[in-house]
Amino acid sequence: MANHQSWTDRRMELLIGNLLRAGVLFSAFIVVLGGAIYLIRHGRSLAEYSVFRGEPSNLRHVGAILRDAFSLHGRGIIQLGLLFLIATPVARVAFSIFGFAEEKDRMYVIVASIVLIILAYSLIGSIWPA
Amino acid sequence: MTILEFSLIVGAGSLVAGFLGALTGLGGGVVLVPMLALLLGVDIRYAIGASLVSVIATSSGAAAAYVKEGISNIRIGMFLEVATTLGALVGATLATRISSSKISIVFGLVLIVSAFLSWRPQTINERNAAPDPLATKLRLNGSYPEAEGMRSYNVQRVPLGWTLMFGAGTLSGLLGIGSGAMKVLAMDQAMKIPFKVSTTTSNFMIGVTAAASAGIYLARGYIDPGLSMPVMLGVLAGSLLGTKVLVKAHPKWLRRVFSIVIVGLGAEMLYKGISGRI
Repeated sequence: MANHQSWTDRRMELLIGNLLRAGVLFSAFIVVLGGAIYLIRHGRSLAEYSVFRGEPSNLRHVGAILRDAFSLHGRGIIQLGLLFLIATPVARVAFSIFGFAEEKDRMYVIVASIVLIILAYSLIGSIWPA
Repeated sequence: MTILEFSLIVGAGSLVAGFLGALTGLGGGVVLVPMLALLLGVDIRYAIGASLVSVIATSSGAAAAYVKEGISNIRIGMFLEVATTLGALVGATLATRISSSKISIVFGLVLIVSAFLSWRPQTINERNAAPDPLATKLRLNGSYPEAEGMRSYNVQRVPLGWTLMFGAGTLSGLLGIGSGAMKVLAMDQAMKIPFKVSTTTSNFMIGVTAAASAGIYLARGYIDPGLSMPVMLGVLAGSLLGTKVLVKAHPKWLRRVFSIVIVGLGAEMLYKGISGRI
C-alpha cells in the first residue's frame, strides 16, 4: 500500500511538473507576442510609471481582457498571457484533486479542494464583472 | 525615457535579478521591487504587481526540474497551501488599504530579516525524533533520496508551522514576493523537515500562494502589462539559466554578497518609507 502510494505520488508529481512548465512556456509565448505588438506600436512613446493610476477596466477583468486581446491590442494580449500564467498553479491544484482521488486519499481530496476554493474566491473579483 | 528603452532596461535588470535569485535560493522578487521602485522610480504598487507575476513564473518554471529529484512532499505542500493562500488573501487586501510608505517600511524590514536568515548555518535536523501526532494523522511524514539511500523524516510542531506559513502568505500577498525565506524557516526550523525537502516544497508552494493574491491585484489594477512583460520574461529567463548553472549547491560567497546587497536595499526602502518619500 505504502509503496503503491509513493509510486503514484511520484507519477502525479512528474505530470504536474510538466503541466506547470508547459503552462509557463505557453503564457511566456503569448506575452512575447503581445509585447512585440506593444513595442512596435508604442515603443517610442514615453514610459510613465511614477504615478499610480491603476489599470483601465479593460485590463482588469477576464471578459474585457479577452475582448481587448482579440482586437489584437498589444497590452490586451500580454494581459491574456498573464491570465494563463495565473491559471497555471490553479490548474495544478485542480489536477492534484484528481490525483488524490485516484489514490483514494479522501483527506487530501478535501484539503486540495479547500485550496482550490480559496483560489477561486480570490479570482472571482477579476472574473465576475465581465 | 521611451517605452522601448524602459522595457530593455527593466528586462535586463530582471534577468540579473532572476539569475541571482535562483543561484542564491533567495528568489528574484526581493531585489526586483527595490530595483523598480528605487532605481527606476516606478510606483511601488505597479512594482509589486509585476513582481508577483514573475514569482508565479519562476516557481512554476522551476517545478519540473525539482520534481525530477523526487524530494518535494506534495502532502506537506498542499496542507500548508491552505495557510499560505488564506494569508495571501489577507496580505493582498491589506496592500490595497495601506499607504505606499507603510508597504515600503514592511518591505525594508522583510529584506533585512531575509538577508540575516540566509547567513544562518544550515541545521542538521534530528533523524529519530517522534512525530507530532497531528503530522501522523495528516500523513505528512515522508522520506527522500540521499547519497546513502532513502532517509525518512518525521514532521514536528504542525500548528506552529501552519501559523508561520499563514504569516509567509500574508507577506507574499502584501509585498508581491515569494517569501521563500520565511516558508523555509517554517518548514526547516519549526517543523524540522529536512532542508532540501523544505526548499523544494517551498518552491512548489510559492506559485499557488502568489496566484491567490494575483486575482485581487488584477482586479485592483496593480498588474500593468507594459511593465509586467519585461519583468516576467527577464526573471523567467534569468531563473531558468540560474537553475541550469547550479541546481544543487548555492555558492557561499555569492549568497554573502547578495545578502549584503539586500540589506542595503532594505535599509533604503526603510528610509524612504519612514521619510515618506515613496
